[in-house]
Amino acid sequence: MSEETITLEVTRYRPGHDREPRAQTFSVPYRKDWVVLDALNHIKDRTDGTLSYRWSCRMGVCGSCGMMVNGVPKLTCAAFLRDYHPGPIRVEPLANFPVVRDLVISLDDFMEKLRRVKPWIIREVEKPVAEGEYLQTPAQLDLYKQFSMCINCMLCYAACPVYGLDPVFIGPAAIALGYRYNLDSRDEGYRIRQPILTEAVGVWDCTFVGECSVVCPKGVDPAAAIQRSKVAGAKEWFMSMLLPWGGR
Amino acid sequence: MPAEEGYRHDLLVVGGGGAGLRAAIAAAEESNRLSIAVISKVYPMRSHTVSAEGGTAAVMRENDSLDTHAKDTIFGSDFLADQDVVEAFVKEAPGEVIQLEHWGCPWSRDPDGRVSVRPFGGMTVNRTLYAADKTGFHMLHALFQTSLKYDKIVRYDEWFATSLLVEDGKVCGVAALNLHDGQVRPIAAKAVIICTGGAGRIYPFTTNAAIKTGDGMALAYRAGVALKDMEFVQYHPTGLPGTGILMTEASRGEGGYLKNKDGYRYLQDYGLGPPTDKPVHRKMELGPRDILSRCHIQEHLKGRTFEGPYGDYVHLDLRHLGEKVIDKKLPFVRELARNYVGIDPVYEPIPVRPVVHYMMGGISTDISGKTSLDGLYAAGETACVSINGANRLGSNSLTELLVFGARAGRAAARYALERPALRSNPIAQLVSDERKRLDQRFLRADGRERIADIREEMQNAMEKGVGIYRNQAEMKETCETLRKLRERFAHIGLADRDAVFNTELIAALELECLLDVAEAVAHSALAREESRGSHTRTDFPKRDDARFLKHSLAYRTPGGSRIEYLPVTITRWPPEERKY
Ligand SMILES: Cc1cc2nc3c(=O)[nH]c(=O)nc-3n(C[C@H](O)[C@H](O)[C@H](O)COP(=O)(O)OP(=O)(O)OC[C@H]3O[C@@H](n4cnc5c(N)ncnc54)[C@H](O)[C@@H]3O)c2cc1C
Ligand code: SF4
Ligand code: FES
Repeated sequence: MSEETITLEVTRYRPGHDREPRAQTFSVPYRKDWVVLDALNHIKDRTDGTLSYRWSCRMGVCGSCGMMVNGVPKLTCAAFLRDYHPGPIRVEPLANFPVVRDLVISLDDFMEKLRRVKPWIIREVEKPVAEGEYLQTPAQLDLYKQFSMCINCMLCYAACPVYGLDPVFIGPAAIALGYRYNLDSRDEGYRIRQPILTEAVGVWDCTFVGECSVVCPKGVDPAAAIQRSKVAGAKEWFMSMLLPWGGR
Repeated sequence: MPAEEGYRHDLLVVGGGGAGLRAAIAAAEESNRLSIAVISKVYPMRSHTVSAEGGTAAVMRENDSLDTHAKDTIFGSDFLADQDVVEAFVKEAPGEVIQLEHWGCPWSRDPDGRVSVRPFGGMTVNRTLYAADKTGFHMLHALFQTSLKYDKIVRYDEWFATSLLVEDGKVCGVAALNLHDGQVRPIAAKAVIICTGGAGRIYPFTTNAAIKTGDGMALAYRAGVALKDMEFVQYHPTGLPGTGILMTEASRGEGGYLKNKDGYRYLQDYGLGPPTDKPVHRKMELGPRDILSRCHIQEHLKGRTFEGPYGDYVHLDLRHLGEKVIDKKLPFVRELARNYVGIDPVYEPIPVRPVVHYMMGGISTDISGKTSLDGLYAAGETACVSINGANRLGSNSLTELLVFGARAGRAAARYALERPALRSNPIAQLVSDERKRLDQRFLRADGRERIADIREEMQNAMEKGVGIYRNQAEMKETCETLRKLRERFAHIGLADRDAVFNTELIAALELECLLDVAEAVAHSALAREESRGSHTRTDFPKRDDARFLKHSLAYRTPGGSRIEYLPVTITRWPPEERKY
């Protein structure tokens, strides 16, 4: 009795060898509890050791394994073969990014943008550790919690039509993270950070269709962060009421 | 100097996980005259710390005390922890978790705004801080994002350290492979801190991410530094069958039950009772991990576990907690169980079995993270500073990253400030030798051995010989298998000869590290003729303080590890029988 198989069409690209990316077809055992990443690992271990891709945690939290699966950005460790049965399944590198090799994309651009939104607590005066924690009520935590759940998986960038057209756009996840710190009751950096966000959002024609939020595997809703950063006028007033030195 | 000659810093941290980032920030705050670099084989926020779920321990409340935390830790370690180190650990823990709070970590909160604490296995009071059940994720991102504000911390992301450079008895940096161009270059530094995490991947069934291959342990071991207490490998009682994905201990801390196939809370048969509806500290489901994992095996032998396609399992039952508590406190557990075993814990119990989780052992260091090699420091899971002894208590490890990451960062910074400038010539020579070694071993060789085959055989041998229950005959067999696998590794054959992002080469380098670490585990285990903490021998079922109240030190020799011993430091808690 032969085992049931499923076909994967995987993008291959070797810089210096291939002028263009091409698709290579692999047949792998079909197992209902396998994810696309298991199939790729099977190929790498048993069929073709030269296939390159990133992965680590295999539990949807490290953010390494994002790829296009049948044209949609997905974490391959959370995309089950059974949902694509009987196949074939197309596996490509994340859209909108330069490809380093095969399924590996370049993150350089995002890493620079992340730093630009100053994703850390900014205080005028830091409280000494000996004085204990900043109090923060569960309600204050809930205000930003959702935006702190980003795993930097880049699926939202792969889905973003604006980033696709102009990679200068700072993009959904970076905006969501900047916004997260603005909403944190411990932070006093709103005045420094908000101009960066306003500019980032303002000049770009985000349609707010929310493709980014649709593909986000962690429910971050970056579209909401972008939209709310845009109405910064009202927000600015609101924040200046909350922050001790925000009004100056 | 030009790129091909490499890079030069005062201090180099190898590893961008919790320990590495904490060390880098501590060094940056110690002195602004230092040039600091962090090299990591994955982007720092991908590091394994990201998957830690349950929480991080520190004394935070009036009903708790440093002595109780110390005592729980020492008791949990089966008296193999160094007590002076534990005392420093519990003392510095609260400051460290508050520091992280100041850096933006979104700890879960009580209604009055203070950080919340939850019960955890082996702890006598609530002292485990958490950020729902994604504690490690939030800690790592808070540390990483905070590290971005220090301009002087330079990062080498997706660089793989292949060896330590040692000249004249002192460390002077690492040789590292840049994944993006395939070149091996020196990253020179006056002090190096290894923070490369654990090595769960020496076993077939583990909670650990793919990158946990013990690289730093192997690098130090090859440079002549001892690996301490390597025989102590923690099995976590509740992993998902098949994938090994962890169902955090917090699910029991919040009140989950473990039940056998008759729906019976079997832990009461093993001296952990009496069973109560609400969790009681250190009893039943909140017993320590080594004991709970052994109970699972005993239940299995009695024929009272379920049989599934991925081995026997029991049930982790959370249904009585209700949807609200589960969604508030354990949302990730629900997400993972639904995704990976198709079970919603609100309505059905989760299948679980013991799974390799944590290495108590590691690079032998002193209380400030210093190793026996001048200029070399280590911290985090890769190190063994000896707070965990023979069994780690859950939620002590994340705290360990902070306390000892910071200590190593400060100590290495001070060392680097005093050390004179490095000499270039010997470094260039060392790296050129390393290039040749890699070239010959991996890129020219036309061997026929497959990475996946050797890895699988090693993992199976480890499970068989140095699993939960051990005996002399099986351990000897495992040592022998490992020796043969090492010979076969010399004939490894790679299909990929490309320079750019050659992940097959990385897999081979990782396998070489795994084999070294596996060897140290098996040999240390064989030599320890007693049962203590996680190390349980059927042929020596009792703890033997007269012979083995001491740390084992594994040194690399061509024929396997040479084992020596080091006394345990006892301050205020003389060894007693460990009973819960
Ligand atoms: C699923 C899971 C849940 C856990 N939950 C908890 C918990 O609730 N509480 C708790 O206290 N502990 C928990 N632990 C344990 C704890 O998470 C780990 O011990 C800890 O995160 C290890 O951190 P680290 O900084 O030492 O290493 P890691 O986070 O593993 O980081 C290692 C770093 O080293 C780098 N590196 C490795 N090799 C190389 C190389 N050759 N070259 C360059 N860079 C390299 C990696 O890129 C990475 O950046 C859990 C563990 C697991 C597996
Ligand atoms: S916002 Fe969502 S999709 Fe975008 S990087 Fe973060 S987790 Fe991924
Ligand atoms: S492997 Fe970590 S998110 Fe998929």
